[in-house]
Amino acid sequence: MNFLYDILLDHTLITVGLGSAIFGIISGVLGTYAVLRKQSLIGDAVSHAALPGICIIFLITGTKETSLFLIGALISGIIASSVIMYITNVSKIKYDSSLGMVLSVFFGLGLVLLTYIQKIPNANQAGLERFLFGQASTLLKFDVKIMAIVGLLVVFITSLLWKEFKLLCFNSEFGASLGFPIKKLDFLLTGLLVVSIVMGLQTVGVILMSSMIIAPAVAARQWTDKLWLMMILSALFGSISGITGTLISFFVPKMPTGPIIVVVMSAITFISILFAPNRGTIWKIIRDRKNEENINNYVLLAEDRK
Amino acid sequence: MEDYIIKVEDLTVAYEKKPVLWDIDLEIPSGTLMAIVGPNGAGKSTLIKTMLNLIKPVAGRISFWGNPYEKELKRIAYVPQRGSVDWDFPTNVFDVVMMGRYGNLGWFKRPEKIDKELTMEAIEKVGMTEFAKRQISQLSGGQQQRVFLARALVQDAEIYFMDEPFQGVDAKTEEAIIGLLKDLRSNGKTVVVVHHDLQTVPKYFDWVTLLNMQILGVGPVEDVFTDENIRKTYITRN
Repeated sequence: MNFLYDILLDHTLITVGLGSAIFGIISGVLGTYAVLRKQSLIGDAVSHAALPGICIIFLITGTKETSLFLIGALISGIIASSVIMYITNVSKIKYDSSLGMVLSVFFGLGLVLLTYIQKIPNANQAGLERFLFGQASTLLKFDVKIMAIVGLLVVFITSLLWKEFKLLCFNSEFGASLGFPIKKLDFLLTGLLVVSIVMGLQTVGVILMSSMIIAPAVAARQWTDKLWLMMILSALFGSISGITGTLISFFVPKMPTGPIIVVVMSAITFISILFAPNRGTIWKIIRDRKNEENINNYVLLAEDRK
Repeated sequence: MEDYIIKVEDLTVAYEKKPVLWDIDLEIPSGTLMAIVGPNGAGKSTLIKTMLNLIKPVAGRISFWGNPYEKELKRIAYVPQRGSVDWDFPTNVFDVVMMGRYGNLGWFKRPEKIDKELTMEAIEKVGMTEFAKRQISQLSGGQQQRVFLARALVQDAEIYFMDEPFQGVDAKTEEAIIGLLKDLRSNGKTVVVVHHDLQTVPKYFDWVTLLNMQILGVGPVEDVFTDENIRKTYITRN
């Protein structure tokens, strides 16, 4: 009992677990929209694009402050998503191609800067590598507070603009014909996503971010045909993975939190894709087989009658 | 004399400098059921989307009862092409039809009892009552079209724009839809339909616009829908 008590009161564990759980909720909610709008890779682009921003902030200020790094990440994330929109609007290049292009250019630049920084004496202490794969154990109480505020904001805006966002995701042209400012709503939703991604960088890192946006929503979609339930499940899956990942990395030595969170999330998604009723792969196989049997029986009966 | 409620003047629309619609002048009187016909790529959908303020024209003016679209949007309903949305979206028939009430509800507000009643009424009009709770991914093409039509009906508008409502629907649905459109006209509404099937034009519509980047004829079907005009419209443009 004492042992359990200790765990529950461990300061770092609580901070990290809470941070990961809150981030799981946020990414679950916003990921639902991203997946339904077929923009699931936007998370990948924004997070990869954050790296050069972080490096440039370090080069300019020499800071070790996480919040400053995240401001740099935010700026380069916004620049990258604007460049993607711009390329899609003014050229014939498709959304996915322009996204892939911008993502790799920004990430490449980030890696170049990171390599350069690592050769500067004392630069290792800044620990910029933690943004690559995430290092949830560096989360501070302050970070978790910010996450909680952003989380509340996301939940508040989503419930306030529930029908407006639904219109945007399902049929934006119809929404525009009703007079809703679809472009502004799009901007708001994308903006929330960019802010949340940047906030989650410290937890899961640049490279694994997209799975935190995509996986909870994809898993949730398997279990329900209702938007609100999909969003709640998605948030639930995100936060369960966050907490489970934190616990595993605490009790198994040398387990990195971020990647473990992603592995747990992927396991939930895998199970959902296979076993969910109606939409699950195995369910479909069974149903097809039953149909086949029914048809065969019917044909046999028909032949008997001849 | 006829009372023109929709006026389009000198309208030109271009995608990346290539004109899609060129110097369109169009006047539509109240209480007509009008088809817009023309070959593929003639700009039919572009024309109604521009009228609905969804595409910005290079030049020209569009007015409804003498006002710009934004002032009259509550009196105008739109049925987009069925293929323009993802039918695997997690929602049901009732919710999609309810979207037609969103414009009247305005920002932030949730649907009330009256909105729900109106929604069920519209679903009944298109013969989908038993499917109200059905997931939209489980609908046939004809049923999807009925749902979209119900969503426009629940808007309770004066002018209805419809983009290919007969595309890929079964004969029974086509009959049901045209019945509803004729009902709308008898109630004094104006209906503008992007249409593909030339053969059914005289049977279904009383007005027609022949379009191939430019307008090749507008007016009552019996005057305008002549063999010569149709030939001119369908000559491929190089």
